[in-house]
Amino acid sequence: MAENIVENKVSLPTGEGRGGATLFDKIWDAHVVSSKEGFPDILYIDTHFIHEVTSPQAFDGLRKRGLPVFRPKQTVATADHNVPTWDQHLPIKEELSRYQVDMLTRNCAEFGIELYGLGHPYQGIVHVIGPELGITRPGCTYVCGDSHTSTHGAFGAIAFGIGTSQVEQVMATQCLLQSRPKRMKIEVNGKLQKGVGAKDIILYIISQISAAGGTGYFVEYAGDTIRSLSMEGRMTICNMSIEMGARGGLIAPDETTINYVKGREFAPKGEEWDKAVAYWQTLYSDEDAVFDSVLSFKAEDIEPMVTYGTNPGMGIGVTQHVPNTVDVDPTEQTSYAKALNYMGLHDNDTLLGKAIDYVFIGSCTNSRIEDLRQVAQFLKGKKKAEGVEVWIVPGSKQVQEQAIREGLDQVFAAAGIPLREPGCSACLGMNEDKIPAGKYCVSTSNRNFEGRQGPNSRTILASPLTAAAAAVTGRIVDVRELLPEEELVG
Amino acid sequence: MSTKIFKHIISPAVPLPIENIDTDQIIPARFLKATTREGFGNNLFRDWRFDSEDQPKQDFVLNNPTYAGKVLVAGKNFGCGSSREHAAWAISDYGFEAVVSSFFADIFKGNALNNGLLPVQVSDEFLAKLFDEIYRDHHAQIEINLEEQFIKIVSTGEQESFEINPYKKACLINGYDDIDYILSNKAKVEEFEARR
Ligand code: SF4
Repeated sequence: MAENIVENKVSLPTGEGRGGATLFDKIWDAHVVSSKEGFPDILYIDTHFIHEVTSPQAFDGLRKRGLPVFRPKQTVATADHNVPTWDQHLPIKEELSRYQVDMLTRNCAEFGIELYGLGHPYQGIVHVIGPELGITRPGCTYVCGDSHTSTHGAFGAIAFGIGTSQVEQVMATQCLLQSRPKRMKIEVNGKLQKGVGAKDIILYIISQISAAGGTGYFVEYAGDTIRSLSMEGRMTICNMSIEMGARGGLIAPDETTINYVKGREFAPKGEEWDKAVAYWQTLYSDEDAVFDSVLSFKAEDIEPMVTYGTNPGMGIGVTQHVPNTVDVDPTEQTSYAKALNYMGLHDNDTLLGKAIDYVFIGSCTNSRIEDLRQVAQFLKGKKKAEGVEVWIVPGSKQVQEQAIREGLDQVFAAAGIPLREPGCSACLGMNEDKIPAGKYCVSTSNRNFEGRQGPNSRTILASPLTAAAAAVTGRIVDVRELLPEEELVG
Repeated sequence: MSTKIFKHIISPAVPLPIENIDTDQIIPARFLKATTREGFGNNLFRDWRFDSEDQPKQDFVLNNPTYAGKVLVAGKNFGCGSSREHAAWAISDYGFEAVVSSFFADIFKGNALNNGLLPVQVSDEFLAKLFDEIYRDHHAQIEINLEEQFIKIVSTGEQESFEINPYKKACLINGYDDIDYILSNKAKVEEFEARR
């Protein structure tokens, strides 16, 4: 598969003397508070997102140090990982989850942080609400104790996930001690096939460069295919940067970005807006900017993608066969065989026609209004397959409301699928929505790790369209064959 | 406030020759509901260690009394996946002081360093040697010296040097803390804010 990559590795010292600046460097440099030889940079963070799972120990740390949150107004909180996606108005049943969510509420009150908790009209998955509220904007820095913070990079921002000690660090100082990563450019050019979308692009890239191929890098996605994507599609791409090991991914802002941000709740207004837009227009990688690594892919090569293994790098085009163990790098064969065994698959199997048990459409990768619209368009006039359990989970309260306003919930209901309430849901086995042991779930989320969706669950990652096709047929199918000519281009 | 100090250890090691060990394996999400940093060691590698009836799986290395020690030796791309620091806490809480692999995921590496757990990145060849030696003699002593930045198989004397950010090295050896460092630069932070 690797022959599809055109690689151009250049090894250069980081920092000065590289010719023009990359988009990443422009934003990074604008946020360096202090830089000292032998030390990581002190990087200023514009907005810190927090949620219930990775913040309690950080608040505790602040208390032990006797420190306040340094810039509470630049901190935004929501509850997403632990929340039920059904009957949200009732108290959370699971005691520990309830305790964690209550603790977030108490901590936010004590430290003066705005909380979009359960029941709030802005509640939702942290990486869905930032963009839709206009908090996520070009040229800014964002961190969150969650690896998919990379999502916000779609706006031409530096955004990445951090651990809890760093959450405490940002709470205490609004800064992060961080070494500058290397820069990679990934270009995708050409016209996508019908039924192929952003999710397929990113699953394809990861399958080509492996789950570790981006480690140590910050990725800029470029090329005309990427440019042609909506903001939702760009977020899907940047979201999964971490699944190739990269710290984050970003895309230069353009008309699409500016139009998306305009008019949103917390977007700049009036004169501020004009100033902001003028600045955003300077945010691109210079012609002569040098990247540490450049990869290019052709959009035409990309099929609807599915994963067959237990890391997101183990993906194939839906018509392809599972690679044979002997063809895998010798040092990785044991792990490879273990993964196939976990998935109940064998060398050279095809996934086409494989019966599945669950379909999950949701997560910070694919739970935005555009995803739900696309799924609804596909499901219109169709019925969910007998015996398949299908969960459609909006990424936020606002997405849910919008879906209802547009009547998408009615389309889902007619197909036999109720629209659930917002949260991380079956993306990770932490709340009530878990996939039972041994069951196959076609999932629009981002991780197919062992047990990710519940102990011994088997995850097949795919696009919302492929997932919707699985919901209707009860099988893995090539969604291209179910689409009318020239319609539903992802 | 200070963090855990790491300088130098000599210990037998526990082998886990699996690639791409992700944070969901190290500590499954359902155990992330605790609100303190302690106690995660009980659930380290939970689903590899225990079956659905919570009985220990005999074939998993942590349930094999032959292997014990302060060093975990694992296959490449260790710690990929989520940013949950609980993964580092779990490994540390279980009693490991260093993890050796031929490749680490970025966020995991940072989290480990912030918790006094040393990630030691070695070459694929040295990793293979380590596994061979541990399987040959489960008591085999592995020496990790942070000050001198080397890892050594004591019996054969074979050693390799490893990289670490000099600032992080100083933090580990002296128990310094990132927050103290940034707070000592607070005036610069405020200046920066005033400037924009
Ligand atoms: S939806 Fe999944 S990946 Fe996204 S923030 Fe929630 S748990 Fe993390």
